[in-house]
Amino acid sequence: MSEALLKVDDLSISYASEEGPVQALRHATLEARAGEAIGIVGESGCGKSTLASALITLLAGNARVTSGSVQFGGRDILSVSEEEKRKLRGRHIAMIFQDPMTSFNPVLTIGEQLVDFQDQREGLSKPEKRQQAALMLKRVGISDPVRCLDRHVHELSGGMRQRAAIAAALLMAPQVLVADEPTTALDVTMEAQIIHLLRELRRDYNGAVVIVTHHLGVVGELCDRVYVMYAGEVVEEGSTDDVYHNPRHPYTQALIACDPANLHEQTPVLPTIPGRLPDLVNPPRGCSFAARCPRVHERCRSEGPDYVEVGPRHRARCHEARS
Amino acid sequence: MGGAIVLTFVVMALFAPWLAPHDPFKIDVMHKFASPSLAHWAGTDQLGRDLLSRIIYGARTALGVAITATGIAGLAGILLGLVAGYGPRWLDSLLILCFDSMTSLPMIMFALAVITVLGPSTATLILVIILVSIPGYARFIRAQTLSLVRSDFILAEQAMNASTARIILLHLLPNVAGQLLVVLSMDVPVVIMLEAGLSYLSLGVKPPTPSWGNILYDGYVSLRQSPGMVIIAGIPLILATLGFTFLGEALRDALDPRLQMRTLT
Amino acid sequence: MLSYAIKRIGLALLIIFVVMLVMYAMVFLVPGDPASLALGPRATPELKHELMVRMGLDQPIYVQVWNFFRNALTGDLGYDVWSKRPVSEMIAEVFPNTLFLGAVAMSIALVAGIGLGCLAVVWQGRTVDRVLAVLSVSMISIPSFVVAIYLLLVFAVWLGWFPAIGAGEAGDWGSQIRAVVLPAAAIAITWVGYLARLVRASMLEVMSANHVRTARAFGLTQAKIVLRYALRVAIVPVVAIVAVGFGSILSSAVFVETVFSRPGIGTLITSAVQKRDFPVVMGCVLFMTAFYLTVVTLADLLMAKLDPRVRDTLRG
Repeated sequence: MSEALLKVDDLSISYASEEGPVQALRHATLEARAGEAIGIVGESGCGKSTLASALITLLAGNARVTSGSVQFGGRDILSVSEEEKRKLRGRHIAMIFQDPMTSFNPVLTIGEQLVDFQDQREGLSKPEKRQQAALMLKRVGISDPVRCLDRHVHELSGGMRQRAAIAAALLMAPQVLVADEPTTALDVTMEAQIIHLLRELRRDYNGAVVIVTHHLGVVGELCDRVYVMYAGEVVEEGSTDDVYHNPRHPYTQALIACDPANLHEQTPVLPTIPGRLPDLVNPPRGCSFAARCPRVHERCRSEGPDYVEVGPRHRARCHEARS
Repeated sequence: MGGAIVLTFVVMALFAPWLAPHDPFKIDVMHKFASPSLAHWAGTDQLGRDLLSRIIYGARTALGVAITATGIAGLAGILLGLVAGYGPRWLDSLLILCFDSMTSLPMIMFALAVITVLGPSTATLILVIILVSIPGYARFIRAQTLSLVRSDFILAEQAMNASTARIILLHLLPNVAGQLLVVLSMDVPVVIMLEAGLSYLSLGVKPPTPSWGNILYDGYVSLRQSPGMVIIAGIPLILATLGFTFLGEALRDALDPRLQMRTLT
Repeated sequence: MLSYAIKRIGLALLIIFVVMLVMYAMVFLVPGDPASLALGPRATPELKHELMVRMGLDQPIYVQVWNFFRNALTGDLGYDVWSKRPVSEMIAEVFPNTLFLGAVAMSIALVAGIGLGCLAVVWQGRTVDRVLAVLSVSMISIPSFVVAIYLLLVFAVWLGWFPAIGAGEAGDWGSQIRAVVLPAAAIAITWVGYLARLVRASMLEVMSANHVRTARAFGLTQAKIVLRYALRVAIVPVVAIVAVGFGSILSSAVFVETVFSRPGIGTLITSAVQKRDFPVVMGCVLFMTAFYLTVVTLADLLMAKLDPRVRDTLRG
């Protein structure tokens, strides 16, 4: 089996706030191999956006790495100089943004931006870069790429914008592609089309893909492996098949049960997970899911569970994972 | 800090007859252009009148004009704004055209035209300030009214057949009044400046009534003989505009941080 | 773009029309006619009659309105009641002075305002930022004519670095520039404060926008992000307000020109108001309104060019 291309090792990140540091990410460990697509799922506030920001080395000003590292190309990309981080972005690690409407500059044309995004590519003239941009737009299914290049973002339809955002990320053939909620801004039909497109693109892409979403369906369609996050921790990881069909962590089980796609019978109420996210300024001493867990017992409240191996490359942070 | 300055000026305006050490109108040509002394803390002017007393009475003029003018303009603005925002569409369009025309000419030009017709006096000055302020207030109230009218609780009231008077008095008015108060307080320094400016040009408050603008003008005329007078005459104006501005900003931040800073033209 | 331009210009023309109508109505709403107003207590029947004929007041009212509009459109703004000179000629003579003063003031305001605004952004949240915030508010609120008088006292009367009165010798650029420095500085100070505040807020907002993050995520250099991605968006509100600012600067000019006894529209209209010379006041007001609207309209068109979103919201 191939080596991991991108490795997140015991990464903890906290944000400064008036109440004290908010521990948004706690001891997260994950890896993505070449040619592999991994999914990171969880509800809002679980730390997945912080993780995505860390992967493209664009943490907010008040964020602080308190432990661990992000290994890429043999070094920790969070501790290199600003200039080196800048050179990694776009060229080696690129991102498909959540909301393409606000992610493109409103006063520059798509073409101008796609040309600028290739700034780090040497030995290519401006017209050649433009040519490259047009080719990439064509590849993501925009029928009239040259016209699209001269448009501003507000003149494109939602689907076109998302396609343009994907094209932008693929422009420099990066080794790692991070997609932050790639379909959240879209309606259902458009979402299906974009998922279809991403699947097509994956076939001849040999880098690593990281998809960050709250949407289980997207991960199921696109990813080989999945990491389930809760309250800043990775609570379960494994192949998508294993995790979806044999979830071992109570949170994963609840998440899957609550996914409307899994409701086969008519039901008067949508199932929900009772309770709220724990306070991340003072995280609970034991298991972070204890307060909401249906199978909670004494040990859960005092002792945080470690990973429990439940199968080949499938593990969960739960004392009860094996039962 | 703004509050303290404003309070000082309000006290000066209210209790001018008790606070002023001398009669602000009493001419004493023998002691003209006197330097500050124990008898005349701020010196005397070109006619030997006590400068400090004139400044204290000037506060009365400045605040009187400012409060009268913004008060009346504010009321008229509420009325016209509600009519435009809640009344029939054609009336709204007509009013908006009028407001736009008025706000599109430099305020001072319009003011000067009105003064030419009516002749300079304190009453004209107040009228002019009211006229130039109304369009801004009315537009503001109209915008607030329109956004409120589209809000759910008004729609609910309308659905329950509430009377127009009830909607306006019970819902629109209390919601817009607070914000207008902030806007008005932010405009007080502008009005003080306008009063002083026009009086300085001999187009506002007529001498011998003490106004900071008149005092500044007297000082300006005798600038080379007695520079002290003009220096002292500028101080209350600077302090008052600063004080009211800081107070207005504090009020805005406290009541409605979203309220945008309006531009003064 | 063209239809937007036509729309804007049409609106400007309509507003000028309304302004003219209001001005004209005002003359008839007040007791007394412009002739007796101008003549004051010295009015003898003969003098008054002569003046009324000269001002066209003996004609029926619709003829008067028609003449007023026709003449104004052809650039004929009537005659000075006292000197009998054409108003348009008087305006043409002094307006360049006011325009020069306004342009210098605006340039000072732009350079200093944008500079201070950027400084505040760089030092955001630090002492420099806080000091600049208080300074901006102070500069906005202190009346420009008070500043003008203090500047006059210190730099012209005491230090003698700049002339205290006038606009300099015609044709002598050196003296004209020396004469414009103090009044322009006095007028500019309000707008230095405004622009510093505006630029600071606008830049901070843009720098935290998603699209700036995107530009970062694609490894663009900080310089390119600030100059090409952020400033172009942040400058839009500045352009919008600069035109309005020009109107406000012309308003301050009325006071400041008088302080420095500087020939210009401000001194012209002030002395006309003092003499109640209605044709001159009307002419100046009309001219300034037209000029101001032209500037605002041009700025709107420039904005549409800078920000395609504005263009499109107005196209539909």
